[in-house]
Amino acid sequence: MDTALIETRLRGLMIAALDGDAAAYRTLLAELSRHLRPYFTRRLTPAFAAHAEDLVQETLLAIHTRRMTYDRTRPFTALLHAVVHHKFVDHVRRQSIRLTVPLEDDAPIFAHDDSADALAKRDLNVVLDTIPARTGDLIRRTKIDGASIAEAAAAHGMTETAAKVSIHRGLKALATRFAGGPK
Amino acid sequence: MTDDLIRRLADDLKPVRPRALQRLLLGALLLSGIVAVVTMLMLLGMRPDMETATTTMVYWTKFGYTLALALLGLAATLVLARPDGRTRWPWLTAIGLLGALLILAVIQLARADDMMPLIMGSSILRALTYIPLLSLPVLFGALLALRRLAPRNPALAGFAAGIMAGGTGAWVYAFACAETGMMFLALWYTLGIVMVGMIGTGLGRFLLRW
Repeated sequence: MDTALIETRLRGLMIAALDGDAAAYRTLLAELSRHLRPYFTRRLTPAFAAHAEDLVQETLLAIHTRRMTYDRTRPFTALLHAVVHHKFVDHVRRQSIRLTVPLEDDAPIFAHDDSADALAKRDLNVVLDTIPARTGDLIRRTKIDGASIAEAAAAHGMTETAAKVSIHRGLKALATRFAGGPK
Repeated sequence: MTDDLIRRLADDLKPVRPRALQRLLLGALLLSGIVAVVTMLMLLGMRPDMETATTTMVYWTKFGYTLALALLGLAATLVLARPDGRTRWPWLTAIGLLGALLILAVIQLARADDMMPLIMGSSILRALTYIPLLSLPVLFGALLALRRLAPRNPALAGFAAGIMAGGTGAWVYAFACAETGMMFLALWYTLGIVMVGMIGTGLGRFLLRW
């Protein structure tokens, strides 16, 4: 269905709901939840896909309790997008706080395994060995150790531009090789 | 589960009148404005020279500048209370007004023999105490109303409510303030209003989350 049609339809339902039509309101909320569920699922990483349902409910609840903020002269989808964006950003922000600062009493101390990091590092070395040594070292310095391009270039006695080009080519070669082609 | 929620929300549905948001915020402003006026009358009383004062330009500049800032704050609050609310013209207009006021103030200073009383007056501390104090009921009322709304940016909506409250508080205070310097108005009234704006920003960040 094209967006102008959706807009007309949803707006009609919303205005009827604001005037007290519960049946129109039920139709509106049901339709919104059908659209919102896949929307949130697609935007969450698979680990958090289960949160999509919570987000759908939070969004419906926000639209309900704050339906006064809908201006009848403006598109309903504009309000919907704003609410959805707000709820999504809020959710992600809260999640990332919970992820980086685990405050639970039974926080699993042994969950983080450095040997996995070592494995990842070894894989990285294997991958970087497939491109010319100097390019690999430039990438390692700038992208992994966090050196600036100027520092990495100086270490190899090259100009900054040459280093940039070299890094770019190296990453492109890696992308072609491991990610199924340049993005 | 979501179906349950939808059923409950639909059962809970009460009609919302057109322009309900405007009614809510205006109602909050009027009610809290009355509280501010009563507080001013009880704590300070009208300035004693009211009759001669109303014939001067300074009096009406004070009246107009503070009222204009209050209304610009209201205009911004009405827009910023919505999830998709963005606005810039109230801020630009407010800055323009301050610029115009500063020009008037400099003209007044250039004509005066003694500049200091027109700049520093004799009641800076009084103004900077009572403007925020008389603004508090309005700020409180506006934040209470905004908590039922959905500001896209809570801190910014708090700031707008603060400017509205500060402007109203300053407008009310102006009836009790006998200062005659335009520069006094431009500096200290503006500072008092911006202070309330800052309080609104800080409170909004926490109270207006949704």
